[in-house]
Amino acid sequence: MSLKIVVLAKQVPDTRNVGKDAMTAEGTVNRAALPAIFNPEDLNALEQALRIKEQNPGTTVGLLTMGPPRAGEIIREGLYRGADTGWLLTDRLFAGADTLATSYALATAIKKIGNVDLVIGGRQAIDGDTAQVGPQVAQKLGLNQVTYAEEIISVKDGKATIRRMIDGGVEVVEAPLPLVVTVNGSAAECRPANAKLVMKYKYSACPLEVTDDDTRKGLRAERPYLNLTQWSVADVDGDPGQCGMSGSPTKVKEVQSIAFQAKESKTLTGADSDIDGLIKELLNDKIIG
Amino acid sequence: MNNVFVYIEIEGTEVREVSQELLTKGRKLANELKVELHAIVIGTGIKGKVEEQVLPYGVDKLFVFDAPELFPYTSAPHTDIVVNLFKEEKPQICLMGATVIGRDLGPRVSSSLTSGLTADCTQLEIGPYEDKKSGKVYENLLYQIRPAFGGNIVATIVNPDHRPQMATVRSGVMQKAVYDGSCKKEVVYPEVSKYVSPEAFVVKVLDHHVEAAKHNLKGAPIVVAGGYGVGSKEGFDSLFELAKVLHGEVGGSRAAVDAGWIDNDRQIGQTGVTVHPKVYIACGISGQIQHIAGMQDSGIIISINSDPEAPINKIADYVITGTVEEVVPKMIKYYKQNSK
Repeated sequence: MSLKIVVLAKQVPDTRNVGKDAMTAEGTVNRAALPAIFNPEDLNALEQALRIKEQNPGTTVGLLTMGPPRAGEIIREGLYRGADTGWLLTDRLFAGADTLATSYALATAIKKIGNVDLVIGGRQAIDGDTAQVGPQVAQKLGLNQVTYAEEIISVKDGKATIRRMIDGGVEVVEAPLPLVVTVNGSAAECRPANAKLVMKYKYSACPLEVTDDDTRKGLRAERPYLNLTQWSVADVDGDPGQCGMSGSPTKVKEVQSIAFQAKESKTLTGADSDIDGLIKELLNDKIIG
Repeated sequence: MNNVFVYIEIEGTEVREVSQELLTKGRKLANELKVELHAIVIGTGIKGKVEEQVLPYGVDKLFVFDAPELFPYTSAPHTDIVVNLFKEEKPQICLMGATVIGRDLGPRVSSSLTSGLTADCTQLEIGPYEDKKSGKVYENLLYQIRPAFGGNIVATIVNPDHRPQMATVRSGVMQKAVYDGSCKKEVVYPEVSKYVSPEAFVVKVLDHHVEAAKHNLKGAPIVVAGGYGVGSKEGFDSLFELAKVLHGEVGGSRAAVDAGWIDNDRQIGQTGVTVHPKVYIACGISGQIQHIAGMQDSGIIISINSDPEAPINKIADYVITGTVEEVVPKMIKYYKQNSK
């Protein structure tokens, strides 16, 4: 059975490797100081999609992302790893979206793509950790959802069998297609980029990534697959009122960088006498037994 | 109308502790807003078995939806019941556990009702909000406070115009307490078929397996936690040994979990477990807000770090400047020597 799969992917700042210069003196996030990466769990999602493709000849895997023009980078990264195509949703009207407005935009694009059997995304993105976009996309499309998936065991006869993590255990569920699945970080790691695919797609770009003095224009005219699809709100027939800031019910009241209330602390060294003294003190005070 | 709702999570007929913690918080919010606290529980064969696990936490009205195939949880039937009940009841606030179920159900419900949802809140408060653009002032909004951006900042989120204001909270963040004030304790058993259609039951649970927790990190009196400074998976061995001699449990920071040095169910922090031990021994943990959110209410905090400027040292009672490798074995040695 050939399937049409859309993988949801997000380019995120690498919040796991936050250095000292990641925050400005005013306490805001200095995005420029953080490298932009393919959201880790979205890579787990891509791997599940590629495995289904291998088991179901004729299946196509496309990568859908929303972000600024440079998010085209992760479409290329997906192509290098085996995706067939990609779509970049980019428009100033999408900016400032909370999870609901993001889901609206993605769902609208998925409708535009049309006849999708499976939408697979990471459980959550590391810059927000909300895990909300997957279920909200499913709701907006009127599709069933399976979250926290660890393995899409099989897809056949219009049904997917999926092993998923639950609190304190595991579950195996069977769900009819079309379906939205979110994949947990404990799922199989994504395969690396394939050298031949890197060669093939190296010069692929979205229109907004191409500058006037670009020297590869001729190459892209010759090889249409190097031209990545880029959509605005209007291109996907979206309602601007439901996109970006205006489509977001949640508002950020304030953001603070936290200054800890400094306690009076005792400072010790790793010397034997210091540790011995500390343990004696804790025992005497009956803090440890 | 306009009440505070808590979605009660169950395993079989047992109410999860996180839901009782939310009821205690919900009761406080309801009192502040001078409204009622309502709860909803959905399952199979739960009538007569769950009420007493819910009502003592200050519930004015409990809605029990009991029908076949409502346990184990699946997204669509639970969403339909909650959404349709909310359309009738129009709550102003809805709280859910930031569990696998709450994080599956919450977004689906919020999208259905076009209401705002904030995940993994570490504090919930009531207060006013002024929209700077329109100048409109809102009274008594729910402040949904959470670390954001990988835990580097703390954000206060509000939902001015949409109801219910929804938030999820991790297990252990709030403290449960039986309510000693008066409340109505009414229980109703609505007709399930009026709230959910048979078509919603299309996802089948073929196998559902839950094991008792391997550890009791949440309730441990002493926690030994390791971070990136532990340096390796093997480096955690000495932490386990220290925890063993002190009768404590071992936890880890997100960095240590991401590095694969310790199991993800032992992660302490906003997106992991929140702990309130008597003694917290932070080994090689720098102390991102993400992590601090999960342990700041510990009694005595001991920080072992080679960096004297590590942020966690500011909230520590004892700061030991040294490497984990050096200090932890000495703690084990001197504990064994001195405790006899």
